[in-house]
Amino acid sequence: MRALKTPVLWVGLLFAALLIDMPALHPLFSAGFPAVKPVIFDRAGFIELFLSHLGLVAVSGAAATLVGVALAIFVTRSVGRDFLTIANMLAIIGQVFPPAAVLALAVPALGFGPRPTIVALFLYGLLPILENAIAGLEGVPAALREAGRGMGLSPLQLLRDVELPLAAPVILAGVRVSVTIGIGTATIGSTVGALTLGTPIFDGLAGNKLPYVLQGAVLVALFAILTDLLFGLAARKLQPPGS
Amino acid sequence: MIEAMIEIESVSKAYDGRAVVNDLTLSVPKGALCVLLGPSGCGKSTTLRMINRLVPFDAGTIRIDGQDVTQVEPDALRRRIGYAIQSTGLFPHWRVEDNIATVPRLLQWPRERVRDRVTELLTLLRLDPETYRGKYPHQLSGGEQQRVGVARALAADPDLLLMDEPFAAVDPVTRDALQGELKRIHAATGKTIVFVTHDIEEALRLATLIAIMERGRLAQVGTPLDLVERPESDFVREFVGVQGIGLKLLSVRRVADRVRRGESAEGQPIPADATLADALAAMIAQRVERLPVVNGEGVVGAIALADLVR
Repeated sequence: MRALKTPVLWVGLLFAALLIDMPALHPLFSAGFPAVKPVIFDRAGFIELFLSHLGLVAVSGAAATLVGVALAIFVTRSVGRDFLTIANMLAIIGQVFPPAAVLALAVPALGFGPRPTIVALFLYGLLPILENAIAGLEGVPAALREAGRGMGLSPLQLLRDVELPLAAPVILAGVRVSVTIGIGTATIGSTVGALTLGTPIFDGLAGNKLPYVLQGAVLVALFAILTDLLFGLAARKLQPPGS
Repeated sequence: MIEAMIEIESVSKAYDGRAVVNDLTLSVPKGALCVLLGPSGCGKSTTLRMINRLVPFDAGTIRIDGQDVTQVEPDALRRRIGYAIQSTGLFPHWRVEDNIATVPRLLQWPRERVRDRVTELLTLLRLDPETYRGKYPHQLSGGEQQRVGVARALAADPDLLLMDEPFAAVDPVTRDALQGELKRIHAATGKTIVFVTHDIEEALRLATLIAIMERGRLAQVGTPLDLVERPESDFVREFVGVQGIGLKLLSVRRVADRVRRGESAEGQPIPADATLADALAAMIAQRVERLPVVNGEGVVGAIALADLVR
């Protein structure tokens, strides 16, 4: 019964219904935009667009998480502390470079399709994850590290059993921000030939077909909201029991 | 000559060319409760942390039970030595039981043995095992957390315990109780304890041996009574405290030394191993001038107000 009260269920159902059967809204769109034919985007199926979009975000998000957390672990060890500033700077550069510019630069090297999009999303998503992972790891009280070392935990055991579990909620918050933003940003991949829910948006803009823009935008928004809500659930699960 | 548990020989440590510990030599006998005492920055904490190699030292040797610490792999060394610090360092995401079991699990004790040991330690620290083993640190009071911290340090039954200002962050009443517990546990287990503090009262109350440090060097080593009665330098005299010296003497002398054997008195009896300060406090509280004195076997005599100032 509690599931009925969570917005996840309702947002998820709405999102799924629109993905599966957008043509059901045909009368609505025809009434609003009688001049547009066909009024429902049909160059590719919405489910196909969603799966491709999900794939892009999942691959780039997973890569950004792996690299971001690994980098954060490295620069918070005594051997890597000298690189803390450099790592932060690199991630900030990735963030200030507009993804559109990264796409433009990546296309000559990687060609059209999903690959330049993944690179752009990865670079753009790295900073929030790296920043949060560093903050999370540095937030572990020095007394805990001291106690752990003093009792004979090896550096690896300390990282695995103490530092990472305690930093996990903060790291997850970074992944949540990164991925949610990435879902919106991924739409521009459609300009270089990747299939995403942004494809109807750009087709609509190019062909002056407003209903396509609406259909794409609503689906992208629902996708992002749903993902954020799911991360919220995961965050509650991950909250260390001692807090 | 009692066998030494720790032998520190000509040990030095410098940070950026500044000597923190300077040619320190100290021997801690087995079963002692040795307090490293001194103002902040005197190197007492660094000295403690050199014993379990949390801080590497530049020169000299440290031997534990005859064995050079640099010849032992650091993690293995630390698992053999109990360690408790200020603000406890309890892992907030682990239950009390898991916190206490840290070292036994590192040593891969069987599950049954770990559970029994946790029960035994919680009982020793006067925490009801069934109530406390499943709690998380944040559900405990500061004093209870410190007790768990001490239990954790004792978990793998080490012969040597290192404690770095473990009671500094708790309120005075709780600290008093914890000091009492530590004395009791020390007496009951016979473990060697090295205890760092800047609190002279705490040192006088707990120590069998005090090593007072000044700017990285040993200023004086002796029993609490030695330090109060025969300070060897102005620094020690000042640190131990010129003011209230009489009260300090009361707090390091024992009722047993002043008892009038065979005599009797009315009132709450006082244990023979209590300090004269305890006796004075008891007399004031009960508004009497004489107290019966007891030891393990029963009443052994009495102590009078006049005996305190003899």
